Amino acid sequence: MHLTRDRIIAFAVLLPSLVLVGVFVYGFIGQTVYISLTDWGRGGAALAENPQMRLIGFDNYKELFTGFLHARFRQDLVNAFFYTVSLVIGALALGLFLAILLDRQPRGEGVFRTLFLYPMSLSFVVTGTIWRWLLAPEGGINVLPAFVGLPTAQFRWISSRDQILTFDWQSLPAITAGLVAAVLVFLSWRAWRAGRLRRAFATLAPAILLILWAIFGQRVVPQMLPIPERHGFNLATIGVILAAIWQFSGYTMALYLAGLRGISEGLHEAARLDGASELQYYLRVAIPILKPITLSAVIILAHISLKMFALIFAMAGPDNASTGHPAVLMYLTTFRGNKFALGAAIAVILFLLVALFIIPYLVSSYREQHRRAS
Amino acid sequence: MTARVPWARALLYATLVVVAAIYLTPIYMTVITALKDPANINLSTAWQLPSPLNWKSFSQAYAKLGPNFLNSIILSVCATILSSVLGSLNGYVFSKWRFRGNDLVFTLLLFGMFIPYQIILIPLFQTLRQMHLYGGLPGLILAHVVYGLPITTLIFRNFYSQIPDSLTESAQIDGAGFFKLYLRVIFPLSIPGFVVTFIWQFTQIWNEFLWGITLTKYAANPITVGLAQLAGGEAVSWNLPMAGSIIAAVPVLLIYVLMGRYFIRGLLAGSVKG
Amino acid sequence: MQFRRLLVAMLVGAALLAAFGTAAGNGLTGKLEIFSWWAGDEGPALQALIDLYSAQHPNVDVINATVTGGSGVNAKAVLKTRMLGGDAPDSFQVHAGQELIGTWVKADRMEDLTWLFEQQGWTNVFPAGLITLLSTDEGIWSVPVNIHRSNVLWYIPANLEKWGIKAPTTWDEFLTIAPALKAKGITPLALGENWTANHLWESVALAVLGPEKWQALWDGTLSFTSPEAVAVWDLFGKILEYTNDDAASLSWQQATDMVVGGKAAFNVMGDWAAGYMSTTLGLEPGTDYAWSASPGTQGVFMMLSDSFGLPKGAPDRDNAIAWLELLGSKQGSDAFNPLKGSISARTDSDLSLYNAYSQSAAKDWQNDAIAGSLTHGVVANEGFMNDFATVMEMFLTSRNAQQAAYACDAIARQNGIGT
Repeated sequence: MHLTRDRIIAFAVLLPSLVLVGVFVYGFIGQTVYISLTDWGRGGAALAENPQMRLIGFDNYKELFTGFLHARFRQDLVNAFFYTVSLVIGALALGLFLAILLDRQPRGEGVFRTLFLYPMSLSFVVTGTIWRWLLAPEGGINVLPAFVGLPTAQFRWISSRDQILTFDWQSLPAITAGLVAAVLVFLSWRAWRAGRLRRAFATLAPAILLILWAIFGQRVVPQMLPIPERHGFNLATIGVILAAIWQFSGYTMALYLAGLRGISEGLHEAARLDGASELQYYLRVAIPILKPITLSAVIILAHISLKMFALIFAMAGPDNASTGHPAVLMYLTTFRGNKFALGAAIAVILFLLVALFIIPYLVSSYREQHRRAS
Repeated sequence: MTARVPWARALLYATLVVVAAIYLTPIYMTVITALKDPANINLSTAWQLPSPLNWKSFSQAYAKLGPNFLNSIILSVCATILSSVLGSLNGYVFSKWRFRGNDLVFTLLLFGMFIPYQIILIPLFQTLRQMHLYGGLPGLILAHVVYGLPITTLIFRNFYSQIPDSLTESAQIDGAGFFKLYLRVIFPLSIPGFVVTFIWQFTQIWNEFLWGITLTKYAANPITVGLAQLAGGEAVSWNLPMAGSIIAAVPVLLIYVLMGRYFIRGLLAGSVKG
Repeated sequence: MQFRRLLVAMLVGAALLAAFGTAAGNGLTGKLEIFSWWAGDEGPALQALIDLYSAQHPNVDVINATVTGGSGVNAKAVLKTRMLGGDAPDSFQVHAGQELIGTWVKADRMEDLTWLFEQQGWTNVFPAGLITLLSTDEGIWSVPVNIHRSNVLWYIPANLEKWGIKAPTTWDEFLTIAPALKAKGITPLALGENWTANHLWESVALAVLGPEKWQALWDGTLSFTSPEAVAVWDLFGKILEYTNDDAASLSWQQATDMVVGGKAAFNVMGDWAAGYMSTTLGLEPGTDYAWSASPGTQGVFMMLSDSFGLPKGAPDRDNAIAWLELLGSKQGSDAFNPLKGSISARTDSDLSLYNAYSQSAAKDWQNDAIAGSLTHGVVANEGFMNDFATVMEMFLTSRNAQQAAYACDAIARQNGIGT
C-alpha cells in the first residue's frame, strides 16, 4: 500500500486545475481590480498599443456613485436588485407550483415535465429575440385579448418609461437602515415570544439605534449628490423578468420535483393518516423539508440574475435605459465608450454584489464540510 | 397518493394544460415567423399563420449558420468531455483523497463558478493572445474548460461522496493505487454523474454568447454569434433569425427531451445539497 | 531601317506588356482580411467589391470577416479586442470622421493617407467639405466608400393626399398639422429605439442651428448650454409629443413600416430607408414613397460615410492599399453603391446606375452645404456618442431641456470635444 505515493499522485492530478483556476479566476480578478484603479480610457488614446495608465485610486468608484452623469449606473443597480428579487421569488414560486402539480402524477407527466424544462435549453440570445417579438406593444401579447373580443392591452412592456416605488437616491442609507431595523424588530419579537429575553433585547437595541439614525441622520451626513435623484422599480423590467422566469422555472421545478420524490412515501402516508389534507401536507411537511433545495436554488438564481447580460442585450437592446443592468453597462462602457477603467470598476462592483450572496453560502458550506469531515 | 375527488383531478389537468400552452406560446411565435415570407412579417399580423409556408427560411438560415453550427459542435463536444473528465478526477481527489486544507481549497475552487464573466473578460483575451490562442476554437475551448472546472468538480465531488468509503478501502487493501482505484471502482459508478455534467456543460457551452463574440475570429464563430449576425445588420428579414433560433436550439432541445429524466435523477444525486 | 522597326515594335510591345501587366494584376499575393459589420441585406454590395478586387488581384485570398449584431457594437468590441492584442486586420470599416479619429488616430494606430489621396487624384473628386471632415492637422485618415444622408423625411404621397396634408418644410409647419393627425389616430412622426431618437435630434438641431453653428458646437466655439442649443432640446421635446410611445421597442424598420402601413405620417431616417423600402418592401421610389429634406434643413446635406483606413502594422499592407485604391475609384464605388442604396462620395459617378432616390441624393451632394452626422460618428468621438445615448435616455424620461443641455456640456468636456 503506497499510500504516500498515491497521495502525491492525487495532489499532482489536482494541481493543474488549481493552477489554471488560480490564474484564470483569481489572477484575472486581481488584474481587473488593478485596471479599475487607473485612468485607462479617460480622455482618449485608450486603444494605443501601449496605453498610458496612471493609478488614480478609487476615483472611478466615487464617480460612479456620486457623479452626475452616472445616474444610469445607479438606476441599473436598483434594477439589478429588482431583477434578482423578482426572478428568485418568481422562479421559486412557479417551479414549486409546477413540481407539486407534477407530483400528483397526472397522466403524461413525462411530457409536461419535458415541456416545462425545455426553455432551459435555449440560449439567452434566442429567448431574448423571441420575447422581444412577443412583447412588442402593437403586435405581441397585447393583441391577444382581441381574439376573444376584449380590447387590446395597452401596457408598453419594454418601451414603458413608468416607474413605481420611487425613492430618492439620497435617502438610500435611511431606507436600508429602516429595512435592517425592521428585520431586527421582527427577530426581537420572535425571541421575546420564545421567552429568550436577552436575545430580544440584543436585537431590539440596534434596531432602535438604526431607526433613530434613519430619521435624524440625514441632516447630519453630507449629501451624496447635488440634486435629488429619483430611482425606482422600472415597469419596463417586467418583460425581461417574465422571460427569465419562463426560462428558469423549469430548473427549480426539476429541483423541487426531485426533492418531493425523495420524501419517503411513509411520511406522506403518516401525514394522511393524521388527517392532514393534501394542501396541509405540502405546506406543513413537504416544503419545510425542501428548505435546503430552496436555499441552493436561491443562490443559483441570484447569481444567474446578476449575469443576465445576454438576455437584456437581445431583448431590449443595450441602449434601453429602463431595462438597464450593470452587466450591460459594463460592456457598453468598455467596448463602445472605450472607457476601460470605468468599465472595470463596474465589473468589480458587479462582482462584489455576487460575492455578497456567494461568500456566506460558501462559508457555511465549508463549515459544514469541515464539521462533517472532522 | 392521488386525490379521490374527480373535480380536483380535472382542475389539475386544466391547470397543466393552460400552463403548457403559455410555455408553448413563444415556440408558436418562432415557428410561424420562421415560415413567413419576409415581406409578410409585420407586427400587426404577428399572430396569424403563414401562408404560403416559406420553408426556404430554414435552408437559407442553415446556409449561413452551417459553419457556425459545426464550430459549436466541435467546441461543445471537446470542452464538455475535457471539463467532465477533469471534473471527475478532481471530484475523486477531493472526496476520496482528503488532504490538509482540502475543504478550503475546494471552496476557493468553487468560487470560480459564480463570478460574472465581465470581470475577467479583458485579462482573458489578453492572456489568450499572449498564448497565441486568440481567435480560434482551441482558445475558446480552453476558456470553457477552465471556467467549467468548478461546477464539474462540484457535481462529481458531491456524487462521489455518496460512494461508501468501505468500497474504496477494500479495493485499496487489495492493492489498488490511485489510478487503479479510479478505473476499477469509481469510474464504473460515475455514469449518472457524467450524464448530469455532460448535459449541464453542453448546454452552457452551446448557449454561451459573450466569449463567443469577443474571443473568436470570424471563422471560429460559434452558433450563438452566427445567430446574432442574422438578427443584426441594418435590414433584417426576421424569418431568418427565427429559423436560425430553431436550428440553434435543436441539439440541446433533443438532449433535454431524450435525457430529461436522467438529468432530474442526476440533479438529486449529484448537485443538490441535503 | 529594319533595326528601327524592330526597336519600335519592341517599344510598343513593352508598352503594351506594361499596360496589360498592370491591368491583369501586379503580382499581389497573400491574403487580405477585411473587417466590417456588413451582412444581411448589405452583404451583396460588399461582395461586389470583393469580386472586383479578386478579378484585379486573383492571387490574393480575400477573407471577409463580418460581425453584425447590436448596430455595430459587437463588431467594434471585437475590433478593439483585436487591436488591443496587436492583431490588426488589414483594413476595417469605420465611420469616417471623429469615430475613427477620436478612437484610432488619437491612439496612433492609423497610417496617414494624404499621399494616397494625392496619388489617386481624390482631392479633386471628393467635395472639399468631405475631406475636411476626414482629416486632422496631421493628415487624411480614411477612404470613403459611400455617402449616406441623415436628414431625410420620408412619407407616402398617397396617404398624404388622403389626409389632405403636405410634407412640412419647417418644424413649425409640422407642429401645426400634427394635432389634427393625432386626433385622427395617426402618429404624426414615427420613431424607433434609442439611436433613432438621436438621429431625429440631429436633424432638429441642424434645423435650429444651421450648418455653421452646428459645426461650431463640435469645434468648441458654441457651448451646449447656449440659448440656441437649449432651444434645440425645447423643440425636440415638443416634437416628441407627436411620436409613438412604443418607440423603445421598435427597430428602425418597424418605424418605417408604420409609415408604409398608414399608421404614421412621417419618419426622419437616413437614406438606407430607401434601400429597405425599395428592395425589401418592393416599393417604387418617387411614386410609392417620397422624400424631402427633413424640415428646416433644405440645402444642407448631413452626411455619414462608411470608410476604410490603413491600420499601422497591417499584415498585408500592399494588399490593403490596393483595396483602398479600389474603394475610392470610380469603378469600385459605382459597383458598390447602387447595391448598397447609398451614393458615391465622388462627384463624377455614373448616375445612370442608380435609382430615382439616389440620383436626387447625388445631385444634392454636389450642390448642398455639407454637415456631419453626430449619431453616425462624423463630428464626435465614441466616448461622447456613448454618453450622449445616456443623456438622450435621460431626456426621453424627464423631458427637461435645461438638464439635457447641461449634461451635454458636461460630457462634451469630459470627452474632449472641441479641444
